[in-house]
Amino acid sequence: MIAALIAQWRIQNPVKRAKATLWAAGFGLFWAAVQGLAIVRAGPRIFETFLTGDVISAGQPGMGLGAAVCIISLLFALTVSMSQTGKGRGDAFVVSTIGLIIALVGVFVFFPVMHILVRAFEVQDGYSLTSFFPRFFSSDIWGLRCLTSGQSCGVAINSLFLAVLTGLGTTLLGLSFALIFTRTDFRAKKLLRILTVIPIITPPFVIGLALILLFGRNGTVTDLFAGLFGMEKTRWLYGFWGVYFAQLLSFTPIAFLVLIGVVQGVSPSMEEASQTLDADRWQTFRYVSLPLMRPGLANAFLLGFIESLADFGNPLVLGGGYSVLSTDIYFAIVGAVADPAKAAILAIALLTLTLSAFLLQRLWLGKKSYATITGKADSGQNAALSPIVRGVCYATALPWAALTALVYSMIIFGSFVKLWGYDHSFTFSHYIRAFGIDFTTGRLSGVAWDSYFTTLTISSIAAPLTALVGLSTAYLLVRQKFAGKDLFEFSTMLSFAIPGTVIGVSYIMAFNFPPIELTGTSIILIIVFVFRNMPVGVRGGIAAMSQLDKSLDEASITLGANSFTTVRRVILPLMGPAILAALTYSFVRAITSVSAVIFLVSAKHNMATSFIVGRVENGEFGLAIAYSAVLIVTMLAVILLLQLLIGSRRLRRNDRVQTAA
Amino acid sequence: MKKLGMVSLAVMTFAGATAATADELSVVCSAEQEWCDLMVEAFEAENPDTDVLMVRKSTGETLAQVRAEAGNPKIDVWWGGTGDPHLIAAEEGLSQPSGVDTSDLLGWAQNMSAISGGKTVGIYAGALAMAYNSEILAEKNIASPACWSDLEDPRFAGEIQVANPNSSGTAYTELATFVQLFGEDEAYAKLATIGKNVNSYTKSGSAPSKAAARGETGVSIGFMHDMVKLASQGFPLVAVAPCEGTGYEVGAVSIIEGARNFDAAKAWVEFSLRADIQSRAPETGSFQVPSNSNAEVAPESPDLASIKLIDYDFATYGSSETRARLLARWDSDVGNLAQ
Repeated sequence: MIAALIAQWRIQNPVKRAKATLWAAGFGLFWAAVQGLAIVRAGPRIFETFLTGDVISAGQPGMGLGAAVCIISLLFALTVSMSQTGKGRGDAFVVSTIGLIIALVGVFVFFPVMHILVRAFEVQDGYSLTSFFPRFFSSDIWGLRCLTSGQSCGVAINSLFLAVLTGLGTTLLGLSFALIFTRTDFRAKKLLRILTVIPIITPPFVIGLALILLFGRNGTVTDLFAGLFGMEKTRWLYGFWGVYFAQLLSFTPIAFLVLIGVVQGVSPSMEEASQTLDADRWQTFRYVSLPLMRPGLANAFLLGFIESLADFGNPLVLGGGYSVLSTDIYFAIVGAVADPAKAAILAIALLTLTLSAFLLQRLWLGKKSYATITGKADSGQNAALSPIVRGVCYATALPWAALTALVYSMIIFGSFVKLWGYDHSFTFSHYIRAFGIDFTTGRLSGVAWDSYFTTLTISSIAAPLTALVGLSTAYLLVRQKFAGKDLFEFSTMLSFAIPGTVIGVSYIMAFNFPPIELTGTSIILIIVFVFRNMPVGVRGGIAAMSQLDKSLDEASITLGANSFTTVRRVILPLMGPAILAALTYSFVRAITSVSAVIFLVSAKHNMATSFIVGRVENGEFGLAIAYSAVLIVTMLAVILLLQLLIGSRRLRRNDRVQTAA
Repeated sequence: MKKLGMVSLAVMTFAGATAATADELSVVCSAEQEWCDLMVEAFEAENPDTDVLMVRKSTGETLAQVRAEAGNPKIDVWWGGTGDPHLIAAEEGLSQPSGVDTSDLLGWAQNMSAISGGKTVGIYAGALAMAYNSEILAEKNIASPACWSDLEDPRFAGEIQVANPNSSGTAYTELATFVQLFGEDEAYAKLATIGKNVNSYTKSGSAPSKAAARGETGVSIGFMHDMVKLASQGFPLVAVAPCEGTGYEVGAVSIIEGARNFDAAKAWVEFSLRADIQSRAPETGSFQVPSNSNAEVAPESPDLASIKLIDYDFATYGSSETRARLLARWDSDVGNLAQ
């Protein structure tokens, strides 16, 4: 290293010097990786044969903080020198950020996921490519039997069908809500807002349970209809329709969160221009506003689609005979016959679907510009909706809101009764058991306190990190040009598209051994949340940033600011809603995600959802629901606090909607 | 090179900060949460020097985790949960013999220890049974079932719910029980006929009885102690021991191979086999039959003596080959007929 430093000073030409540093740092990183893998008992065990027995039995600890600092500094040396050689327009900040994110995604997404995907090619005593294709293209996965006969389709076709419909449904409902919010003078907006947010902050299984108690064969609503109209009590809820219904309830808010920023961002000037040119309100909406919302619509659809593919709780509770990929993967890993190869093949099928959706979305958006927030002042007002559009919005969104309200009042009700569905006598006992405090000793005697505090701590650490990683990735994707950008973009989506169970198991496989030994710690939980939820920050960030005109950045750069200052002083303040969405969403997801953490929780670091799922399995719905209700209230409080802190961006526009036609 | 030193000398490791010290015992519990809590509390009261770190995970999840962690396990003891995954873990060398004294235990629990080479020991047993929702059957005017063969009757059309043996150990026990009771060909013929009445093959083994308790289905197949527990909570669920006889599961405890704290793990296994400890299970609403012959059986617990139990062959039906063969045939003869 010292030799390398001395050599540095000798070289006069700055480009040459940078190139030399580049090589030195590159070599250093490579060496560190070899070192890591050479640690005794490391996962792959390639180097073990070189060492003697004594060293192996003694074992070696994994890489620690020192190694991390060392590797990160090497990485930065590499990227800075790379920018000095002229790559990335010589901007050290941009190149370093790209380098860091690639390294992080590589270590925490690709490295673990490879551990499990490689199993798809596994046969007895080895690996084989030829056995993979027949298994992958089997009719159990892609079969289309259901079109011609009464049998069920392949599991991937089931998932695809469900995901497309969920994506479309959530996007449309999300758009209705967003339009009502920004373009109408609807009175109870606050209430609507809460109703649109609550489903995301609901722990898994709870919506499914509530739906069963309302619409199941013995449910309240079913009973009511049977009594009123003599309708046959059926089990329609168990299967495709039930899952679809629950997914619409759960994921519409995500579409809404993405779309509201975009709908707000559509420039009034353009709408005014359209109206000046004698277009009516419908034409303005159809030919100006709607096309400008395309990035938002596409991203909302993509998120709904992927969420539906990865959703685990709803198909598990309501799926009945309708198999989807996520639950089949789970049971391929934990079922009566564990078949990791099958799980890996199904996971690849799932990734194929996600990749296709992603490519289609790119195709649809094309290379058009959607920038509507420019440096120019526009003081116009957003056009009001045409009566038809407004009518449609109200007609779809309001019944939906009513249904959501009904489901949640049921949940609250369920937490205060003895035995939901059978014994409706009022009781506080569930809350006392979960969150009791022994006032005489001051001890927290409730059973839920431990996991509650762990969950809150881990989520509050993970949320800002997720937002940071997600939004900086979005910035790079929208604002910077570099080689392999599409691949980079897809790789950031990867962890989101892989089902939680696969992520959980692959994290154990990858991080249970040196060089990076993390199992049983809280760090592994934080990391899994950051990299699993990062794509939401990325999608939201991309959608919001596509609307910010590039001239803003250029003006800032022309005035002598570097890209870091530009990000901090110009872009960040305009990204309020996106930051809020990313923070909120990652916080909430860290609290409510279940399939990924089941394998990663340990006695010291137990999470609320894992606790709740255990109680649901045990049939203690009352306690599970009481805990969920407390979590919902906590998350609502945090979201409101975040909104107060970050506030809304000011676009020098009147937020009022044009009232007179 | 300098970096070489930096990396290998890194002392502050993530692992070092969290590795179990001598007086920590890491337990994964696959029984009901409250029973797990009671066990930890009781064990810590007797062994004040040992800090028990317990987390509850289902058997399938635990087996997947133990497999993924093989070579550097973070778990010392796996307590509770149905015996098949414990036997698989023993077969794959993921658990180690505990060397505890099993002479006080009932025959089926000793048998568990014998077939696994002492790697896993039985702690409780639960019989397979069927249950019906008395309100639903009364409303629809259907006579209640008494035998497995009653379930073939068309009067139960669309009313039976049972788990899929591909995902659920409970349902696999049912499949193996049918094969042992009726012989393979007749068993599949019966299951296919019953299949015509089945409204859905659930993923989870405990789901059918919960659905029956809530009236979402009329009849379920599952473990009797789960049904008894639901009934004791106030649901109109009646458990029935089938007249032809029935199979059972054995809940087990294993010490993981490579456990960091073997002594405390062994102490836990001995503790959990003691009569006075097993007698406390009903306090938490767990009505399985204890394996220690001196332990008290709760009045609510199903009386195994009055149920016709088959001589369940865990060695044969727990082996991976038999399992794969029976499940493949289930898929072609029973599962594919559904839907």
